[in-house]
Amino acid sequence: MSEFLAMGGHGLYVWLAYGISFAVLAALGLRPIVARRRFLSHARREAHARRDADARRDEQRRGRERREG
Amino acid sequence: MGRFTTWFHRMGSPRWFFDLSRPWLVGFLAVGVTLLGVGTVWGLGFAPPDYQQGDSYRIIYIHVPSAHLAEALYVAMGVAGIVVLVWRMKLADMFIAVTAPVGMAVTGIALLTGAIWGRPTWGAWWVWDARTTSVLVLFFLYLGIVALRQAIPRADQAGRAAAVLAIVGTVNVPIIKYSVDWWLTLHQPASITFTAAPAMPPSMWVPLLINMVGFYALVAAFLVAGLRNEVLLREADAQWVRDWLERAS
Repeated sequence: MSEFLAMGGHGLYVWLAYGISFAVLAALGLRPIVARRRFLSHARREAHARRDADARRDEQRRGRERREG
Repeated sequence: MGRFTTWFHRMGSPRWFFDLSRPWLVGFLAVGVTLLGVGTVWGLGFAPPDYQQGDSYRIIYIHVPSAHLAEALYVAMGVAGIVVLVWRMKLADMFIAVTAPVGMAVTGIALLTGAIWGRPTWGAWWVWDARTTSVLVLFFLYLGIVALRQAIPRADQAGRAAAVLAIVGTVNVPIIKYSVDWWLTLHQPASITFTAAPAMPPSMWVPLLINMVGFYALVAAFLVAGLRNEVLLREADAQWVRDWLERAS
């Protein structure tokens, strides 16, 4: 095992190269996941706000109709 | 309209892409993770050491796939750039927007692993030879596209400027490819080509091939995921996105 890690004396170079590469790949994979979550939560909040605004408008209109009618 | 043009324009529609691409994402991800796992374990643990370089050569299993992919992604952006300028296709513009930062990161992997490999092999982290310099130029071309898109506030102008840079920058790709043949360089020529027998035994080049396909598949999955997000973001006000959100939540 320690022989495998030593990589014939080049262990530092080999593991550094692989470590950096897989860290970058992991970051590239996480980015779209985070972006998707952010978009979904933002869009849901907007949809709620839209629905609330619609409900308020309907309420006002009904109130107006009651008063006028 | 002919059948081909119908197909072509449907393919350019963000909604069409979004509806179809989920299984692609899953497939690319599964293939990419599996192959990269197999190729990396094989390359690090089971491939024989190089008779000159010993074990440091094992960096090849990430260096060559990332360098290859970095060039291929730029060519793909160049093709997308033509589609943007000629057909004004939104999906192609989104592809450039999503691919540029990913390509920059992949080029970064190629440069860093190359530097780390160069230290024990050439005795220097960096040499200004034709190959390394032209790949550094590739990195800055990616950076340029990312920066252009952010610097120009109007989306259509930013898209067109990025498309032009994507097209013009592709001249650098053959320069990278042939740099080791055209100029004297420390960089070794390709070990595996389509035209000649590999300069390595199968126990060395099979894991390299596996990792190359693995790198392509994994990054393809990242690009599909990024493109799906980009479609949602830019079409957020479209009714089909609102309907999709209803169903998703």
